[in-house]
Amino acid sequence: MSVDTVKQPNWFSRLAHPGQFLAWSRYLVWPLAIATLLSFAVGLWFAFLNSPEDYQMGDMVRVMYVHVPNAWLSQLVYGVMAVSALGTLVWRHPLADVANKAAAPLGAVFTALALYTGALWGRPTWGTFWEWDGRMTSTLVLLLIYLGIIALWRAFDDQLKAGRIIAIVTLVGALNIPIIKFSVDWWNTLHQPASVFTASGPKMPVSILTPLLVMMLAFTLLFALLQVIRMRTEILRRRAETLSRQAALQGASR
Amino acid sequence: MSAFRALIGRDLKLAFRAGGEALTLVLFFVMVAVIVPFAIGPDRPQLTRLAPGIVWIAAFLSMLLGLDRLFRNDDEDGSLTLLRHADLPLEAVVAAKVIAHWLVTALPLLLATPVLALLLSMSWAQWGQTVLALTIGTPALVSFGALGAAVTVGLRRGGLIAPVLILPLSIPIMIFGVGMMDPLAGGGATLFLIALSLVVTAFSPFAAALALRVAGE
Repeated sequence: MSVDTVKQPNWFSRLAHPGQFLAWSRYLVWPLAIATLLSFAVGLWFAFLNSPEDYQMGDMVRVMYVHVPNAWLSQLVYGVMAVSALGTLVWRHPLADVANKAAAPLGAVFTALALYTGALWGRPTWGTFWEWDGRMTSTLVLLLIYLGIIALWRAFDDQLKAGRIIAIVTLVGALNIPIIKFSVDWWNTLHQPASVFTASGPKMPVSILTPLLVMMLAFTLLFALLQVIRMRTEILRRRAETLSRQAALQGASR
Repeated sequence: MSAFRALIGRDLKLAFRAGGEALTLVLFFVMVAVIVPFAIGPDRPQLTRLAPGIVWIAAFLSMLLGLDRLFRNDDEDGSLTLLRHADLPLEAVVAAKVIAHWLVTALPLLLATPVLALLLSMSWAQWGQTVLALTIGTPALVSFGALGAAVTVGLRRGGLIAPVLILPLSIPIMIFGVGMMDPLAGGGATLFLIALSLVVTAFSPFAAALALRVAGE
């Protein structure tokens, strides 16, 4: 009788192993895709057909159903990146830097979309595409931070080293974002006393809140789906790189 | 402590004996301020109003320009590897280099501000406040710069990336630095700027040292 002395990997290391991740995340892609499609279908139906017009903005209120989810994701994605940066630095989790690399462009796109839809919404309602309002300005700065991190990812050749260095940058950024937010709010109230943003929105009725929540769910699922796909692609890309390097080595020694 | 002081002395000696980069940086600082009136017109009241902002932008750009030499030369000639294995903790090494870098790049800018005050027709009180704000704010700028330089030290084409990374993070320094000049909110801004500068200067050597360790592995 042989005793099985090989330690079975626990769930955490199963989660950590890139090969294992590829194996189990395969079954995640299609369900996530279907859930995303369904919630988008429901959300868009609500947003376009089954929600009231605003008594002041009319149909323009429907921009909110795209704008608010993007703005929410612009911050959620940075949160995901900060957590994965902790994973890289504290546990050296091999998937954490893959997650950070995969999330950065997604976060940048969601932030850019939030700014873009905000501009489209702002033009007819406030009469301007851009206002140096505190919230808009800090979102813009967040976009710049995303773009800096992406630029840093692209500059490194050694992706493992890049992961740990960028984790430091991500965490410094995470600590700095509240400071930036605070300073920008302070700066704006100094320069321009509330003129445009005094109109505090009315409390949301359920007829508007429901489509908004469904759309936020849909966009969050979309992020999860794209994140899983991007992480899988990144792992496969690294594997292909390693294989081609090995092939080149063998070719050289032959 | 003597190693710490020796390191500062070494960096200062290197800066003054090789190339006179400090003077070039001052020249750049003054040139930015000279160029602005060409762009916005020589109207004196308008220049006076914009002067604090112009001085801050000039200081920002000059600091970013000088940032790359903080660790790059030491990395290229191998002394960074020696420093990494020295008795002195790497955090202290970074702190020493930050102090030396401030003395070489920021202090000359402060000394050059009277020229800018003259060119931009600032009043003496305005000039004094600008110098005070720059004195408080530049250590934080240099510290952020140290972080950016440490993160990009392993990159051959890191020269442009460090400023792009550092600039959005440094926005609060600019906001409170210029805010100090405002007669209404100056006091609060001064306190915020001091707090920010102290926090950044205290923590960035740790982050930069961590990045240098990773880069050297």
